[in-house]
Amino acid sequence: MSDSTMKPNKPTPLVEARGLTRFFDVGRGRRVHAVDNVSLTVGEREIVGLVGESGSGKSTFGKTLLGLHDKTAGEVLFRGETLPAKYRSVDYQRLAGNMQMIFQDPYSSLNPRMTVGEIVAEGLRLHAGVSNAMARERVAEWLGRVGLQPDHMSRYPHEFSGGQRQRIGIARALILEPDFVVCDEPISALDVSVQAQVINLLGELKESMGLTLLFIAHDLSMVRYVSDRMAVMYLGSLVEIGRADALYFDPKHPYTEVLIGSNPEPDPELERSRPSTAIQGEIPSPVNVPAGCRFANRCPKVMEVCKTVTPQLIKLKDLDREVACHLYD
Amino acid sequence: MTQATGDLLTVENLNVEFDTYGGIVQAVRGVDFSVAAGETLAIVGESGCGKSVTVQSMMGLIPMPPGRITQGSARLRGQEILGQSRIDGREIRGAQIGMIFQDPMTALNPTMTIGDQIAEPLQVHKGMSRAEAAREAIRLLEVTRIPEAATRAKQYPFEFSGGMLQRAMIAMAIACKPEILIADEPTTALDVTIQAQILDLLQDLQRETGMAIVLITHDLGVVARMADSVAVMYAGKVVERGSVDDIFYRSAHPYTLGLKAAMPSNDPTLKQSLQPIEGSPPDLFSPPPGCGYAPRCPHAMKVCQQQQPPETSLSSTETNRPHGSHCWLHEADSPFKPAELHFIENDSAVEQGAAS
Ligand SMILES: Nc1ncnc2c1ncn2[C@@H]1O[C@H](COP(=O)(O)OP(=O)(O)OP(=O)(O)O)[C@@H](O)[C@H]1O
Ligand SMILES: Nc1ncnc2c1ncn2[C@@H]1O[C@H](COP(=O)(O)OP(=O)(O)O)[C@@H](O)[C@H]1O
Ligand code: SF4
Ligand code: SF4
Ligand SMILES: [Mg+2]
Ligand SMILES: [Mg+2]
Repeated sequence: MSDSTMKPNKPTPLVEARGLTRFFDVGRGRRVHAVDNVSLTVGEREIVGLVGESGSGKSTFGKTLLGLHDKTAGEVLFRGETLPAKYRSVDYQRLAGNMQMIFQDPYSSLNPRMTVGEIVAEGLRLHAGVSNAMARERVAEWLGRVGLQPDHMSRYPHEFSGGQRQRIGIARALILEPDFVVCDEPISALDVSVQAQVINLLGELKESMGLTLLFIAHDLSMVRYVSDRMAVMYLGSLVEIGRADALYFDPKHPYTEVLIGSNPEPDPELERSRPSTAIQGEIPSPVNVPAGCRFANRCPKVMEVCKTVTPQLIKLKDLDREVACHLYD
Repeated sequence: MTQATGDLLTVENLNVEFDTYGGIVQAVRGVDFSVAAGETLAIVGESGCGKSVTVQSMMGLIPMPPGRITQGSARLRGQEILGQSRIDGREIRGAQIGMIFQDPMTALNPTMTIGDQIAEPLQVHKGMSRAEAAREAIRLLEVTRIPEAATRAKQYPFEFSGGMLQRAMIAMAIACKPEILIADEPTTALDVTIQAQILDLLQDLQRETGMAIVLITHDLGVVARMADSVAVMYAGKVVERGSVDDIFYRSAHPYTLGLKAAMPSNDPTLKQSLQPIEGSPPDLFSPPPGCGYAPRCPHAMKVCQQQQPPETSLSSTETNRPHGSHCWLHEADSPFKPAELHFIENDSAVEQGAAS
């Protein structure tokens, strides 16, 4: 992000993606444009929410950022250092303690044959020099921090609810005290009452230990509670970036507006007063992406120019906001 | 509580359990609700609280064994349907009650074209010829707004997106013009933009056909958009029921209040944090003897741990649907009435609910 008058002491960049691109070859010369030329900075102690529909490229972006996918083009900088385009095993070893990922599914991402203690301590063991007693102590401390009990250590994942398993996954990732964490949909498999528990936990950890987080999700309404900034992704590209609340309450890009508007609100009178929030069509295939704006076939505000010219992210005047849409040319 | 007259479907004291390695799971423990013709009833609650088992019992979809319906009744136009496959000479499942699921692939055959899958029951239930049924299948795909329906009818499920599969399943469910459509989390796996399309479609179909909808969801936003009346479930029981306005504007049960507080707010002037409900739902192997919500309830009293709260009628004159809640806080003459109750009097949330 470029500098802004609204936030003078902006955080120094910790992780920076510059034109990051990841394509997948799927045979017969066809390529999935999963992530296409994405630039995004996450500042020291900042939480950035990355939102968008299924298939928009959020997980691929998160994984490419951490070197779990090779980069097709573009680069990733960590504290100013350019990371390799393709990781070798020494790179993983060197960077694993710095950058961690918490995965989507609290049910399938924990090994059912390991105790909670073993799961949470796994990363510590891989890093030599941690004795068993020390590991136990650290695990007990971290279970406490995520709202579980130290005596949960000897139990197995199936004995825990979805929200508790999510906490176990969070403890496992954070026990290495990484500088940067990508959380991939840590809440969408959970009930609202429990989602709120996890969101609040991440917020508390941010306050107490200064987490730097890329938080990937479908749903903006929950994510905005923990995010400093949010980035909206559609079909491999970022369409809008801004401060979380400002973006949520005053979206500028037509797609952001649609995403927020189509989420029904828990207020029957309000819902009765708005007849329909649906837009036509579905997200197009990321194979052979259309020319022009990628949202053009569904956009309620589409213009002639949108069908041929691809809009670039531009910074809006007087607003800490970037938007890729011809309405703002 | 007395039922509103003219109910199409009435479920009373439904109890369902399952034998498992760990013991008996009491999945549904005395559920009551009713649905009037042409209305939408939303059943809302956390995962595992028994929503799916409740509707599956009515459809004869509970695997027996290990499942068992131990008590209760479900009457369609006054006639018992539990354990029956047909009443009035028509199949219940498919013909009188249609059903759609969260995961369409569980209901669809991956080796058969979408068109054939919709056409088959039309030949069986309605005695249509092959050609008639095939034409009707295409019409139904058009009704559910699948573009290029004739081409799509010849495709297999794997060629459809998640949203399209849900439409195809709706087409199949409404093929025999059921009076009730049961939709079990039909949009939970979909993106919000596709969810909005499917919810619109369900509302339009209801307007055109007059069918009642029983909509299971755990999203209060979806409830607010779709429901006329609501049953809030917790740990195998309905804890509060009423009109959609009763449930949102005159909520009485502490769990309903907790769910509302945990929802993200869209009011920019409110910059308060989310209020989660701490803890998790009880284990249904050995459900608590008293109120199922007691371990998480901020107002729990001694009586709550010991005895199940009865339903208190809170009906107001504003709607003609009965409003009731199962909570000891509402029982002025509860045998345990004691001083324990007093500490809650400063709690504005409960006062609001109880006062109306
Ligand atoms: N290994 C792969 N091979 C081919 N295509 C892939 C691969 N991984 C992802 N894709 C494709 O890349 C696109 C982006 O996928 P990605 O998983 O990043 O989306 P997402 O935004 O995380 O979606 P969701 O919200 O469903 O998790 C999709 O079209 C997906 O099918
Ligand atoms: N076939 C089965 N065997 C054993 N237990 C079951 C079975 N089906 C459901 N249950 C249990 O019944 C309870 C209610 O489940 P369900 O109705 O699916 O909940 P939900 O409200 O999420 O739809 C859960 O504890 C679940 O594990
Ligand atoms: S560029 Fe055109 S089609 Fe794309 S979002 Fe803006 S107005 Fe809509
Ligand atoms: S009966 Fe008691 S524990 Fe249950 S909801 Fe009411 S106050 Fe809470
Ligand atoms: Mg993903
Ligand atoms: Mg269910």
